[in-house]
Amino acid sequence: MIENKNKVLKLSTAGSVDDGKSTLIGRILYDTHSLTDDKLEAIERSSKQKGYDYLDFSLATDGLVAEREQGITIDVAHIYFSTANRSYIIADTPGHVEYTRNMVTGTSTSQVSIILIDARKGVIEQTKRHFFINNLLRTKEVVVAVNKMDLIDFDEEKYNAIVADFKNLIDAAEYKNQNITFIPVSALHGDNVVEKSENLTWYQGQTMMEHLENIRIEDIQEEAKARFQVQTVIRPKTDEFHDFRGYAGKLKGGELKVGDDVTILPSGRKTQIKSIHFFDQAYLSASKGSSITITLTDDVNVSRGDLIVKSDELPKEEKQIRATICWMDNQPLAASSTYFLQHGVKLIKSKVKSIEHKISTEASGAIEPASELKMNDLGLVKIQLAQELHFDAYGENKGNGAFILIDTKSNTTAGVGFIE
Amino acid sequence: MGFTDKFRTMNEKVINNPLEDEAIYIFREVAGQFDKPVILFSGGKDSITLVRLAQKAFYPAKIPFPLLHIDTGHNFPETIEFRDKLVEELELELHVHYVQDNIDAGNVQEEEGKYASRNILQTDSLLQAIEKHGFDACIGGARRDEEKARAKERVFSVRDDFGQWDEKNQRPEVFDMLNGRINFGQNVRVFPISNWTELDVWSYIQQEKMEIPSIYFAHKRKVFERDGMIWSAHDEYVFREDDEVVTEKIVRFRTVGDMSCTAAVESLAFDIDKVVEEIAASTISERGARIDDKRSEAAMEKRKQQGYF
Repeated sequence: MIENKNKVLKLSTAGSVDDGKSTLIGRILYDTHSLTDDKLEAIERSSKQKGYDYLDFSLATDGLVAEREQGITIDVAHIYFSTANRSYIIADTPGHVEYTRNMVTGTSTSQVSIILIDARKGVIEQTKRHFFINNLLRTKEVVVAVNKMDLIDFDEEKYNAIVADFKNLIDAAEYKNQNITFIPVSALHGDNVVEKSENLTWYQGQTMMEHLENIRIEDIQEEAKARFQVQTVIRPKTDEFHDFRGYAGKLKGGELKVGDDVTILPSGRKTQIKSIHFFDQAYLSASKGSSITITLTDDVNVSRGDLIVKSDELPKEEKQIRATICWMDNQPLAASSTYFLQHGVKLIKSKVKSIEHKISTEASGAIEPASELKMNDLGLVKIQLAQELHFDAYGENKGNGAFILIDTKSNTTAGVGFIE
Repeated sequence: MGFTDKFRTMNEKVINNPLEDEAIYIFREVAGQFDKPVILFSGGKDSITLVRLAQKAFYPAKIPFPLLHIDTGHNFPETIEFRDKLVEELELELHVHYVQDNIDAGNVQEEEGKYASRNILQTDSLLQAIEKHGFDACIGGARRDEEKARAKERVFSVRDDFGQWDEKNQRPEVFDMLNGRINFGQNVRVFPISNWTELDVWSYIQQEKMEIPSIYFAHKRKVFERDGMIWSAHDEYVFREDDEVVTEKIVRFRTVGDMSCTAAVESLAFDIDKVVEEIAASTISERGARIDDKRSEAAMEKRKQQGYF
């Protein structure tokens, strides 16, 4: 288990309580022996209290009091389990359209998405929305779990029809590089979730857990250009480290090496990477995801929010951008509204220039004109910035192509944007 | 300038530990976004891990935040000893606020009897400390896997000036972007090890060869049994009925709250390797041994709504 510490896979689950999503998660926990005795005890007690004659695994995950009373999931819940191979974190989100923003949030932090389909209903509006969001966010690995196979007598033809339906969505989608795997399951009875199903002998593929275990992180993480945004400047000013001036941050996109020619943005100053550190050790290189501290050859002025990139890999530089926005606030987004735009750790004042159109989350991505975006709406928006933004298109560099909009009065995170 | 000589060895490539990278990223965001952050320190394994991560985040500079300990007075003496040693070693600033002071002043009332605990009383002291020192960000070691209500907690959790948590109004955290903007009177609770499991914490302690209070390891202790759990026989803090007999057992504590609300488990795990093995094989969750959580499923959530961590 200790070897796992470097192997974490983040999953997101989407679906409504009716699709059996919570039961699916509960089943995974149960079958991987991740449910501790006292949690199991609590489930048994609760199931009895509610008058069920089966173990309601969904009770393992629904958290907040209000939700439990209503029997639905409202927020993003994080669930942890591990196998001998690696650790998993599930960001569990609701399926209802009123919680699209939660789904976007949960999906944004995940590497693999599990889309749940109720075999009796097939591809419905919610399925289309989930797929659309995953496609918009460019989730590399998608698992489509066709659940409740027991309720359709484990019928192969019906399953194939659902798969064919879903493939229409894939064909119509904008982003074509996703790995999409279909798996027939029954979360309630455990078929093909962790254990192979005796009822689905016609299915030759892997169980869901087998599939997840075999996903290689290297295959998911696409190489993009190195982007290092400075979070804080480290200046010990001690005798031992008198001249040390380190720039601490998390490296995104690609690799950086000692000696690399780099450009500091927005100043445009050029210099080289002098050293790369993690705690008290020095390194020749660092790859994406590492929280490191770098020093530069020249004595340049660098502050929080500055972007350090390789000089031959400059990002775009604009004061006006176009982005697909998912709106998350009660107050609608309208033209002329001003917000703080947070790009990574950098804050820039911004103003909405125009809303080009609203986007339907159904697979066709149909557009319609709109004068505002309400909570959970998606739309293409033009934004004017008070300073230059140094970015990449989201499709080219996820780490440098997204931002959040912050309401200037309430300070709430009002929306998320994916830059074109 | 040869400060690279002062860093140990020259390695090829930084080895990624995503959980560690994430926690360090969060600490650095706190430094970048807030004026007066503080680390909540209890002497427990989670807060000790936090200090280690903070050390790594800002090296070679010192940790730029002070520590705050809300002392219920019912601590295991070993954790107080440990706290003081750590503070001295790392040259940290420590603030201690005593729940007893609040009890003496008549601001809060102590629970009595069999299931009494000072746990809930910590909230008032915490809020007072925040107000007194003007802390705008409080960093704590809470993890999402600990308990249901924590599963939905944000990394940056905005609290109002009563420390209250409105579960319906928490900010979405998209990608790794953290929005810590607050208005006067608000403050933020920060949880850098949100995504760490209990086993992750222990593995890290093992990997880093960190020192932790001795009570986490198997030792002989005078105990008594109640409700199928083992309690420290320490009459000053832990209420014991006359018919609850004191015996001596070899036990260790898996979680360290106050003596009055933390149960021990029988164990022969004398060192960190054995502890990690035991946790990995364990079938009772960490908080299963905490009476304050057993009292009601919604206990934690209610406490958070009142301003508890």
